[in-house]
Amino acid sequence: MLAWTIYITFIGVLVLMLLPRDSARAARIVALLTSIAGCVVAFVGAISQANPGEVTPIVKVPWIPSIGANYYLAADGISLVLVVLTGLAAVSGILFSWNIEKRTKEFFAFYLALIGGVYGVFLSFDVLLLFVFYELTIIPKYFLIARWGSTRKEYGAMKLALYSFVGSHLVLIGLIAAWVVAKGQLGHASLDLIELSKVAFPVAFQHWVFPLVFVGFAILAGMWPFHTWAPTGHVAAPTAGSMLLAGVVMKLGAYGCLRVAMVMFPEGVRMWQGEIACLAVAGIVYGAGVALVQRDFKFVIGYSSVSHMGFVLLGLATLNTIGLDGAVLQMFSHGIIAGLLFGVVGRMVYDRTHTRDFNDLETMQLGKLLPFAGVTFVIAGIASMGLPGFSGFVAEFQVLMGAWMVFPKLTILSGVGILIGVAYTLRAVQKGFYSDAPPKPADHDHPLEPVSVPERFGAVMLIGASLVIGLFPGLLMNWIEPCFNSPLSMFARLLVKGGSQ
Amino acid sequence: MNHWLTILTLVPFLGGLVIAGLGAERKNLIRGFALATSLIGLGGALCLWLHFDPKSGGLQFIEKFDWVASLGIQYFLGVDGLGLLMVLLTAIVTPLAILASWRMDDRPHVYHALLLWLQAGLFGTFTALNFFHWFLFWELGLIPAFFLIKLWGGPKRSPAATQFFIYTMVGSVALLLSFLAIRLATGSFDFIALAGMAKSGLLTTKLQAAFGWKNIGLIIFFGAFLGFAVKVPLIPFHTWLPAAYSEAPSPVTMLLTGVMSKMGVYGFLRILLPIFPEQIRAVLTPLLWLAVATIVLSACAAFAQRDLKRIIAYSSINHLGYCLLALFAATAVAAGVNSSDLQKAAALDGALLQMFNHGLTASALFLFVALLERRSGGLRGLDDFGGLRKIIPVFTGLMGISIFSSLGLPGLNGFVGEFLIFKGVFPLAPWAAAISTIGLLVTAIFLLTLIQRVFCGPLNERWAKMPDLTTAERFLVLPSIALMFVLGIWPQFILGAVDATVVKLVQQLNF
Repeated sequence: MLAWTIYITFIGVLVLMLLPRDSARAARIVALLTSIAGCVVAFVGAISQANPGEVTPIVKVPWIPSIGANYYLAADGISLVLVVLTGLAAVSGILFSWNIEKRTKEFFAFYLALIGGVYGVFLSFDVLLLFVFYELTIIPKYFLIARWGSTRKEYGAMKLALYSFVGSHLVLIGLIAAWVVAKGQLGHASLDLIELSKVAFPVAFQHWVFPLVFVGFAILAGMWPFHTWAPTGHVAAPTAGSMLLAGVVMKLGAYGCLRVAMVMFPEGVRMWQGEIACLAVAGIVYGAGVALVQRDFKFVIGYSSVSHMGFVLLGLATLNTIGLDGAVLQMFSHGIIAGLLFGVVGRMVYDRTHTRDFNDLETMQLGKLLPFAGVTFVIAGIASMGLPGFSGFVAEFQVLMGAWMVFPKLTILSGVGILIGVAYTLRAVQKGFYSDAPPKPADHDHPLEPVSVPERFGAVMLIGASLVIGLFPGLLMNWIEPCFNSPLSMFARLLVKGGSQ
Repeated sequence: MNHWLTILTLVPFLGGLVIAGLGAERKNLIRGFALATSLIGLGGALCLWLHFDPKSGGLQFIEKFDWVASLGIQYFLGVDGLGLLMVLLTAIVTPLAILASWRMDDRPHVYHALLLWLQAGLFGTFTALNFFHWFLFWELGLIPAFFLIKLWGGPKRSPAATQFFIYTMVGSVALLLSFLAIRLATGSFDFIALAGMAKSGLLTTKLQAAFGWKNIGLIIFFGAFLGFAVKVPLIPFHTWLPAAYSEAPSPVTMLLTGVMSKMGVYGFLRILLPIFPEQIRAVLTPLLWLAVATIVLSACAAFAQRDLKRIIAYSSINHLGYCLLALFAATAVAAGVNSSDLQKAAALDGALLQMFNHGLTASALFLFVALLERRSGGLRGLDDFGGLRKIIPVFTGLMGISIFSSLGLPGLNGFVGEFLIFKGVFPLAPWAAAISTIGLLVTAIFLLTLIQRVFCGPLNERWAKMPDLTTAERFLVLPSIALMFVLGIWPQFILGAVDATVVKLVQQLNF
């Protein structure tokens, strides 16, 4: 059933392409219906999966038998969480881009193609298939930014595409090497992730191949110091584009790190664990610090994404159950919250005021002109700074708990990152919406267009998701936990013996 | 299973939601609804008070369910004498604050909703007994307070609100990291269970086993300590307070000083004292010095201020300093176990009484400042007035009573608490008590100076037409004044309810 998320989305792309050129309204509706259908299928499929702790196969047909490739879709609890996230992000992104007038149908076609690729990555259990879907997402995101973006869009798009390609080439080199070694050990060619997760690669081999694959994926997760594509890409992208980049595309990287690099090369992770944690904390603190001094509203959110993704990587580096639980939950939580923040800044503020410069926004008193946008940003900000009651808290809470066990000093340092996070969020709230600066004499006589219904729906949906998970984390934890707890799972080799409870 | 405490917390929360939805136009409806909600809260708190069994000393009205089982998070509510006293104080101060802001016309729906959410946060903090659940409310109280200062405050509100928020968050993050470490080592977030482990010495052993550092207990303690020390505040973590209190609108300051500052002291009593007695004892002397410094320096700072709100703000720091002095002294190991138990009980009784009294008196003082500001068009400098006694005698008399209560005049409420604190602390930590008396003296000086500059002396002609308290305003201040007398003459009213709790706390400290 879950496979239909992919098919429905690509059918949507086809339908959009067949629409007449000037039917913007029809294009929007088709895109919205497609994404809602995908989201519903994701939800129903996820809920009806009987045992989230095990990998439940969906389809498995031979694809290129000579190299052992199968068309193999399956899902375990972690896939479920991320598929549901993708569904939510897709619907809200469309609601926040309802006002796109320029080549609407192409925009939504690229948008849905990106979403379809993302669903594919999260459901693939064949390394080659996963890689194909992963590459597939690069093309639509390049065009979304380069055509519909703003502020140095060609530069941002090119940078993102080049970083992505470099990352995926690193991954590819590593995977080919692994394929060769695995073929020697297994006696037959295999690209099946579950089979590969049982192969005992030689330790010396793991030590050099793990960093290649991990870094290749982590580039897309915004790991410091390979994060620089993220802020420029987010800023240049159109609203829906940045919502998806921060909301799901960065998760692709983190997912790849966990599902491919870490599962295949457990000895490699153990060797590089400390270095990864250091880079993660550097990202947390550095991203927050840079966000604190930005003048462009979108750059603040862009760097905050780098900081929050640092928590995902820190959780992965802990190699204990609670830290990994937290990392997966943080992927979900950040997807929701960052999407909301970009929605407010890009759609509600920038599309109306045509500026993102704090010096201009300060004189506008947006909190009074657009009260809905102000309140939404405040709630999203509270969620983003990790106050209890929202999903960010439960996620970071578990990551930090996991990190305490392994890296106590780094954990204290990441506390500093949280504090800087509070500071930049407050600064953004004050400068962006509730400034005390004297209002400029109105140079725009026409009042700002009020916040529209689709935007309200999108905002309420995302806030609701974050609140529900914040108050009842068990809903997702019931999917995530069994994956790491079961001794038979593909992650069993990864977990440090006796270090977790 | 009863749900009284849940209902008590939900009432203001839902009331706030309804008010936020009413829109800015229907001002009277908003005020009436906010007042009614806070009065329901007061009624609920009084019901709890009446049904509370003062002899047991244990937790009552308990609600306990699993929430997130895998993380050891429970929905766990309950009150003992301490919690009940704080709930009652919150319930008394909130309606007064709402009445004091009766003429507030700027976005009244948001303002009143935030006030009620603040109250919900306070109720929750004082009743929750599982760290996760408690922390939720601890932080929930912070957000409305931030926006109340930020959006309705005085001219320097933005920096004041930011400073307040960041300082508190520094404390909160330290507190959070500490408790995560504790959870890892012990597997529990339950304050009561953790206190049990601390009493048997298991907590430190477990922490050391989990982290392998010898001094981990102290590090964890300092993290938690920072969280509460900022909130109380203890010098040198106090610098956010004068700015926040003086920039906040006066009704909000009533809540900040009356109740929010008690969150910190409550945290010390509920969490630090039972869970970290060993660590407190290890660094007792420096802690006592901090308390003494808080008492003496803040009194001196108040003496140097020229703004009425800042004077009262610094005097608040001073008054809560006595509570902390009593708390720290109560962990001291003194010769003669039996007599020292009595002293410790006296000191802690005094501290609890002082918390309640200070909440009452300080909020009354800020209320009077609010009324004075309303008459003077926002002026509140010490030198802006003079001779008001002749023009507004009733105002002078009633504010005078509150000032004398704050100063600790026998017969009024402030005296009993401070008396018990000094009675308990003298035998336990004589030098600290002796130095702290300087604070009493300086307090008397600056409060009398305040009376002299504002109410006595030659009349400042500018205020010749200042109206005295209206009937409505007299009724507004009446409950606080009446309680000051009642508690001054019959402190048993409070002591009776908390005594069993205090005895239990003292037992917890002896091992």
